[in-house]
Amino acid sequence: MGINLLYPEYEVARNMDRCINCRVCERQCANEVHSYDKEKKIMCSDDSKCVNCHRCVALCPTRALKIVKTDHTFKENANWRGSIINEIYKQAESGAVLLSSMGNPNAYPVYFDKILLNASQVTNPSIDPLREPMETKVFLGSKPNSIQRDKDGKLVNNLSCGIELSVPIMFSAMSYGSISYNAHESLARAAREAGILYNTGEGGLHKDFYQYGSNTIVQVASGRFGVYKDYLEAGAAIEIKMGQGAKPGIGGHLPGTKIVGDISKTRMVPEGSDAISPAPHHDIYSIEDLRQLVYSLKESTNYTKPVIVKIAAVHNVAAIASGIARSGADIISIDGFRGGTGAAPTRIRDNVGIPIELALASVDQRLREEGIRDNVSVVVGGSIRNSSDIVKAIALGADCVYIGTAALIALGCHLCRSCHTGKCNWGIATQEPELVKRLNPDMGYKRLVNLVSAWKHEIKEMMGGMGINSIESLRGNRLMLRGVGLNEKELQILGIKHAGE
Amino acid sequence: MIWRYFVTPLPTKLDESQLDEREFTARCVMKINKGIEGAYVFSSGKNMGVFKAVGFPEDVGEFYKLYEYAGYCWTAHGRYPTNTPGWWGGAHPFALLDYSVVHNGEISSYDTNRRTIEMHGYKCTLLTDTEVITYIIDYLNRKVGLTLEEIAGVVAAPFWQVIDNMPQGEKEKYSYLRKAFSSMLITGPFSILAGFEGGIMALNDRLKLRSMVIGEKDDMFYAASEECAIRVLEENLDRVWSPKGGEAVIATLNRGVL
Ligand code: SF4
Ligand code: SF4
Repeated sequence: MGINLLYPEYEVARNMDRCINCRVCERQCANEVHSYDKEKKIMCSDDSKCVNCHRCVALCPTRALKIVKTDHTFKENANWRGSIINEIYKQAESGAVLLSSMGNPNAYPVYFDKILLNASQVTNPSIDPLREPMETKVFLGSKPNSIQRDKDGKLVNNLSCGIELSVPIMFSAMSYGSISYNAHESLARAAREAGILYNTGEGGLHKDFYQYGSNTIVQVASGRFGVYKDYLEAGAAIEIKMGQGAKPGIGGHLPGTKIVGDISKTRMVPEGSDAISPAPHHDIYSIEDLRQLVYSLKESTNYTKPVIVKIAAVHNVAAIASGIARSGADIISIDGFRGGTGAAPTRIRDNVGIPIELALASVDQRLREEGIRDNVSVVVGGSIRNSSDIVKAIALGADCVYIGTAALIALGCHLCRSCHTGKCNWGIATQEPELVKRLNPDMGYKRLVNLVSAWKHEIKEMMGGMGINSIESLRGNRLMLRGVGLNEKELQILGIKHAGE
Repeated sequence: MIWRYFVTPLPTKLDESQLDEREFTARCVMKINKGIEGAYVFSSGKNMGVFKAVGFPEDVGEFYKLYEYAGYCWTAHGRYPTNTPGWWGGAHPFALLDYSVVHNGEISSYDTNRRTIEMHGYKCTLLTDTEVITYIIDYLNRKVGLTLEEIAGVVAAPFWQVIDNMPQGEKEKYSYLRKAFSSMLITGPFSILAGFEGGIMALNDRLKLRSMVIGEKDDMFYAASEECAIRVLEENLDRVWSPKGGEAVIATLNRGVL
């Protein structure tokens, strides 16, 4: 190996006046940043290993630690930025594809931040959610095209099976394998308590979690890991994963080193062999093939489970969604380019796909123009960060949102974007027993339930302010939105007016 | 400029369209309202007329010579334009075929309702909430085949907590209506009078954010925002009452008040 040309991105700043040499940081850091120098009797750090996950900072009893961005710098260059130079050094050294995790961190526009909500004044009273009922319950699934009556003239229930949620939020797909057993347990229990659903991702369903079946979406991805009859029947809905916002167009790869024990059993992949999800489903090469898979899944579960088709938000997402709406799917899920992942090639994560706000607006509009919006429900994900993002997404036309990264943050994730190393110090994106046990599911699930109920309160407040007392009357209600700092084209795609109009 | 024509669809055109007469007429109305700038069809019923104007009620009555008409059901609406300057075309009722709607309020679900009803061939050209309510009633009644009472269960649907406590049959019916037609729920304050062939329906929003009073005298039925309006017409009422929010009061020509 030649000279290491990389200077660490972050520095561990240790206040020596405060440090009591308790060595907590040393034990807590799976990246082995901290060590004790017996001779000098002081703690030392190796900044080059630090991923900035804040585990040591949070646990240091004397608040002796903080992590700072290094002020070491290359000669300033707006084109050849430091990060770009460093990536070239890395690849020149390794000859490999750059890997990263979580969502696209780059400074693309965040449309949610450029949209403002309405509130009632004078002519239309706002509604106080503490005094009046404020409904957030939603049903996902296709709506009938016509009514039927029995011989006495009574309406016949011709609704297809669907999903009922107490609030339009679901935990998005995160597989057992990419995240830990304890993280999965927290999600499953929280979903049950909050009256919503979580999603198995493509890793199968651990036998311990079958009991949460009615709050589970079971996923069928291109690798078909862990898919069999009991699995399909266990969930409340089945999701076909065609794509993922963090890495549209490519598959997944869980290295053999992680396929151990229960994960191997759950995925139905022999221990130690890589679990490779191909980029396409090898039985889906066009829309008619998708239709076949939708109906095979429905057939094998006796038409008792709604089928979700999940796609990444890509350029002609509206046309794709229109095809899916005619494929027999009950729900379309669209994942924006900021969606998270356990591991993705950096170039793909940072350069492929489009923002969810634009994708959602154009899908909703296209389905309406074709008169088929009610054939399907639309669920969106890919960086829903708070309750106002949810309200804006619903007003743009979504039925419900998926949250992934936000849920992990609730569990303690500090967005260090190092999930692909498998050494998550917070016990989330790891399978090392020592690390996994740091996440206590009894506390984890409560934090998730708290997050969902806090957001529910906030959603109700915002709805009440707009004089709307049922979330159904917010869906697609774009007059409640105004853009700020958006150009004509952006406003046109979002289907909203500019503030002041 | 107001023109009044009495027209029937050209039989050959009607046959060619393969539509029933009402659908054919409704589509012509949409086509004119959307396609011809400045032209609107305000009245397109068979046994129903709509008269709009800006001015005092007595002058309007005079202008249209209302004393020359006889009818079993009248709705009148004096509008204090909430959010837009007064324009005679914006006066209520809004009507399509034999459905007419007068509305007091401002609905907060407007764009949800508009974007939904426009999927079914309607074009909201007047940009008022009353127009969208009229089309929803026409769609649900004429095209989908729901009864007026069921329509009330869609547009002013009971809260889930109320539905959950209903007896089994009712519970099934109302939860079906809410799930199947969720985008046609109307929120925000409204009290509406919907005229149809053979009767009238009075309906409040489910929180009763607007007032609505019903009066009965012999076989006459009165509905108004304020009781005093009814008292002007009939001082000695047999019964005066306020329906609950979301409770539809339907009066028909031969079957009385439902
Ligand atoms: S955890 Fe804090 S006090 Fe303990 S050794 Fe590390 S820096 Fe020092
Ligand atoms: S899950 Fe863990 S490894 Fe991944 S970003 Fe969060 S803290 Fe870092």
